[in-house]
Amino acid sequence: MRTLFELEQAIDAVKVDDDPVVAAEELLSIGEEVLENWIVAKDGVPTDETREGFRLLALHRQGTKNDPSFNACRETCRELAYYFNLITLDPDATATTNRTAMMKMISNHLYLFISGKLQVAQLGDFCCSAKPIRMADQDNTQELEGV
Amino acid sequence: MTDKAEKYQRVAYYPGCALEGTGHAYNRSTKAVGKKLGLDLVEVDNWNCCGAMEVKNVDPKIQTYLSSRVMSIAANEMDMDVVMAPCNGCYHNLKKAEYDLTNDDQSVAVVDKLSKKAGHKTYESGQVETIHALDWIKDAIGEDGLRERVKNSLSGLKVANYYGCMYTRPRHIFPEKDQGNGSESTSKPHFMDDLLAAAGAENVDFPLKTACCGGAHTLSDSDTSTKLVLNILRAAKLSGADVIATECPTCHSGLEMHQIRAEKKFGEKVDVKILYFTQLLGMALGLKPRKVGVHENISKSMPLLKEKGIA
Repeated sequence: MRTLFELEQAIDAVKVDDDPVVAAEELLSIGEEVLENWIVAKDGVPTDETREGFRLLALHRQGTKNDPSFNACRETCRELAYYFNLITLDPDATATTNRTAMMKMISNHLYLFISGKLQVAQLGDFCCSAKPIRMADQDNTQELEGV
Repeated sequence: MTDKAEKYQRVAYYPGCALEGTGHAYNRSTKAVGKKLGLDLVEVDNWNCCGAMEVKNVDPKIQTYLSSRVMSIAANEMDMDVVMAPCNGCYHNLKKAEYDLTNDDQSVAVVDKLSKKAGHKTYESGQVETIHALDWIKDAIGEDGLRERVKNSLSGLKVANYYGCMYTRPRHIFPEKDQGNGSESTSKPHFMDDLLAAAGAENVDFPLKTACCGGAHTLSDSDTSTKLVLNILRAAKLSGADVIATECPTCHSGLEMHQIRAEKKFGEKVDVKILYFTQLLGMALGLKPRKVGVHENISKSMPLLKEKGIA
């Protein structure tokens, strides 16, 4: 597993006009490793399972456990898988270079979100504000008993 | 006219704090569009903050109470059965309060206690339906109704529709979404796409339409927010968009401000304009740019709007 710094450099290094299948595989792999970094930082062991044919989606699912705000990158992961399919299933399509460039940006967004979230844990919490309710903080209720 | 269309002709309007400040153009354009479409907006009396950000971190149940108070006033003092909130934060929090008051006894108890202390009737789940401005126009007027009313087509304008992360998440607080034909999708939202297409715009395929803009950390971690926004702007540009259409004041302000910050901090200028969907709809309906607050935006879109024959 590469470090987040190495993954940032790896995203920059992807050439969108070279072999599109190689680029798509590298970007998908980067996405998986970004998620692995998150899971390892939370003392987890990254899964080798797949979900809907993608390890990326299984890793996202694993990363979401006990942290609903992590769902703020759910669609980013799904878009990454979608663009991987678009590129690899029809690499000769005229739109492939454009699609690879877009996949690079989606991969970058996933990297930015998760690396940002590792620095500031609450990134994404604004979006998923049901989290505190789900975690049922008893102390909060007890404090309000005296209201 | 469907039952829903009839129900949404007159709704309680909850603008929320952002629409009185940085999102004023959204407030102005929402009201102007409502008036133009003959829809009646009745502002919630003496409304309060929904508890969007800070309060949640102090105590989430106070946030639930604050949102419930808005719904209580609409239901019990104004006799309204629909609250329309154009801000994603307000919309999200009212929906979350509704969910919690339906499913969490502790929330019900706390809201009841605080409501009695504050001297107003306790909101009971189900008294009002909370909707977003997108639901409001989509159901009250619909695409066909809009097409009939368009005087100034958005034809030739390529739009990336950006919904942000709060409009569809978490999924369980939006039980009306993902209900098949005609309902909104939480994974691929499309209501804004539908409305702007009806007004003549060409929607581009935009994969970051629900991605995080880093809005909540714009002050505490500005560089991360700027990089996230820069990536959204780049993706919109790559997708061929002239404009990013927004439906959330936090996203909108973030996109506008970090677009400028990206240029100053990272030396990268991405020339894509940012407009509220209500501003675009308003102009399509024949309203002047000033009437929908285009002059209040930071993003300078007038040259583009003139070039496209919209302004």
